[in-house]
Amino acid sequence: MLKQIEGSHAVAEVVAKCRPNVISAYPITPQTHIVEELANIVGRGDLDAEYVNVESEFSAASVVLGASAAGARAYSATTSQGLLLMSEVVYCIAGMRLPIVFTIANRAISAPLSIWNDQQDSMALRDAGWIQLHAEDNQEAADLHIQAFKIAEETHLPVMVCMDGFILTHAFEPVDVPGQKEVDSFLPPFRPTNIVDPRWPRGIGLFADPRFYMETRYILHRAMEKSEETIKKVSGDFAKTFGRDSGGFIKTYKLKHADVVIISMGSLVGTIKDLIDQLEEEGKKVGLLQICSYRPFPRKEIYNTLKDKMNIVVVEKSISLGRGGILASDVRWSFPRAEKKDRNISSFIAGLGGRNITKNDLRYMVEKVEKEPVELAFLGLKKELISEKDL
Amino acid sequence: MTISAEELNKIEKKDLFTSGHRACGGCGQALAARLVQDASGENTIACVATGCLEVFSSPYPDPSWRIPFLHSLFENASAVASGVEAAYKALKKGPVNIIAQGGDGSTADIGFQSISGMFERGHNVLYVCYDNEAYMNTGVQRSSFTPLGARTSTTPMGNKTRKKNLPLIAADHGIPYVATATVDDFRDLQRKVKTALSIEGPKYIHILAPCPLGWGHHGELTVQICRLAKDSGLFPIYEIIDGKITNIRKIRNKVRVEEYLKLQGRFSHLFKKGGSKEIIAEIQEIANQNIERFNL
Repeated sequence: MLKQIEGSHAVAEVVAKCRPNVISAYPITPQTHIVEELANIVGRGDLDAEYVNVESEFSAASVVLGASAAGARAYSATTSQGLLLMSEVVYCIAGMRLPIVFTIANRAISAPLSIWNDQQDSMALRDAGWIQLHAEDNQEAADLHIQAFKIAEETHLPVMVCMDGFILTHAFEPVDVPGQKEVDSFLPPFRPTNIVDPRWPRGIGLFADPRFYMETRYILHRAMEKSEETIKKVSGDFAKTFGRDSGGFIKTYKLKHADVVIISMGSLVGTIKDLIDQLEEEGKKVGLLQICSYRPFPRKEIYNTLKDKMNIVVVEKSISLGRGGILASDVRWSFPRAEKKDRNISSFIAGLGGRNITKNDLRYMVEKVEKEPVELAFLGLKKELISEKDL
Repeated sequence: MTISAEELNKIEKKDLFTSGHRACGGCGQALAARLVQDASGENTIACVATGCLEVFSSPYPDPSWRIPFLHSLFENASAVASGVEAAYKALKKGPVNIIAQGGDGSTADIGFQSISGMFERGHNVLYVCYDNEAYMNTGVQRSSFTPLGARTSTTPMGNKTRKKNLPLIAADHGIPYVATATVDDFRDLQRKVKTALSIEGPKYIHILAPCPLGWGHHGELTVQICRLAKDSGLFPIYEIIDGKITNIRKIRNKVRVEEYLKLQGRFSHLFKKGGSKEIIAEIQEIANQNIERFNL
């Protein structure tokens, strides 16, 4: 049933319906409404779970690590500095193959301090061995959590569901929050296989010397690659069960006849679609390729979908300082070197630290790349705030 | 929660923490770990911090643990154990003994926040700190448990500060049980483990675990050094039950701190020409303060 609900509350309600056994989190804006609502749900007795209020994100991640290793379905949510503080545990969770689910309410990274949205935080942990799914809107954010637990438990890989902070977490939208029975029928109870239990003594988290370490990383990498099938299958099953498309690997919009293709992920794709519609009325053919799964990266899909497209522009809310667009670099790598010469892949950085990205900004971007490829540019940069001395 | 003599007599050497691990000869931590696991028995989950214990006992594919063993990082054993406990509660499994364990660095320095959180939240977990008074696994660097005057690889001229007193800090969290122990008195150590495990809530046992390599003493002196640590007053043995200090081990034959210090290379510079009599006097003062404070 559709209801008008804040994104964070929709996520909290759906997470509760996934019946996590242990929830542990530490408050950080803009994640707070999610964990507050979950605390309410557990407090009311609507969810039989242990809710562990910890003294840091580091411990939140460690608590869910321990809980998952002991056989619990475990969940946490964080963002920005919190995710970076967790980063050591985040890597460890993946290495230990624990199927934990996190919500990341994407936010900028200090310094300077900014509580506002971009995607630098989850980007910083893209190499950790976690599946990273990006939600376009609050319906998808909610739906992705149901899928995330299933994907995690089938692949033994942890999953981050990324949703843009404030833009989604604090936005009220109509969301269909599925009923408990529907969720139960889609997501079976967690049946862990490798846990600490005195009935079957075993060691989890042994150290590996150079004879063994590399193979564990190779296996993890292959598992990440192979999770593509599971992500697609679960998303497909979800569409069959719930009657709507959510998640998956990539999505496209008006791509077939497009002369210019925009690639992006997260809530920005909504604005991009609006612009594409407007440009269409003006006689311009622009299409969209939306990244749903950032890790594993949909390299083959991008190549197969865009192999005839010669003008591509990537717009993203993150940057590898001293290098450029991170997503753009992934996209450029998706095309074989031999084919690259005729294809322009432009890179735009936008919306850092919550800077609004308007349709006009995006229109400017499209017009720019229609004329010539852009190696790297910043959308909406206020040149008047930057003096020569700063550069 | 008084553990009877019969019950203590029943503790067998079950080798739940087996031989064949890679600790140095005379390692106080290896001995303590065996005593702790034997006292806790099979129905135990060990959540171990990165450090000597973890490294010498858990190389893939031959760990030395016959009970479930969980290791993730250096600073989070308390939080991981909290998570295991939360899972057991949520899944309505158990009862099970959950013992978080680590060295002094992972307990009192980098893991201090984590252990404080575990105490404050009231998890039903026993934390055992194997205190060897420095970062031994990485090559004997100073920790906040390194005693005054001790030479480590990062205090080559001798440590200038006094040791942090974690048992009292732990007790001030309002946890129901705190105890100190050493590896020379097996029965006392195992009684404390048994006692702790019979109590609901967070518990803390602080075990002095001499490190022959880091302290610069012969391996066969580990037990004797523990006795001298106690008899000098430098390492008081007591329990704190519900906030009250109790069962204090009285010193029968008091020794001067020099007798303890002289056996260890880490203090040898104090006795050489140009060594510091003032430091020795201050160490004696620390022992005297302990004797007075705990009525040893």
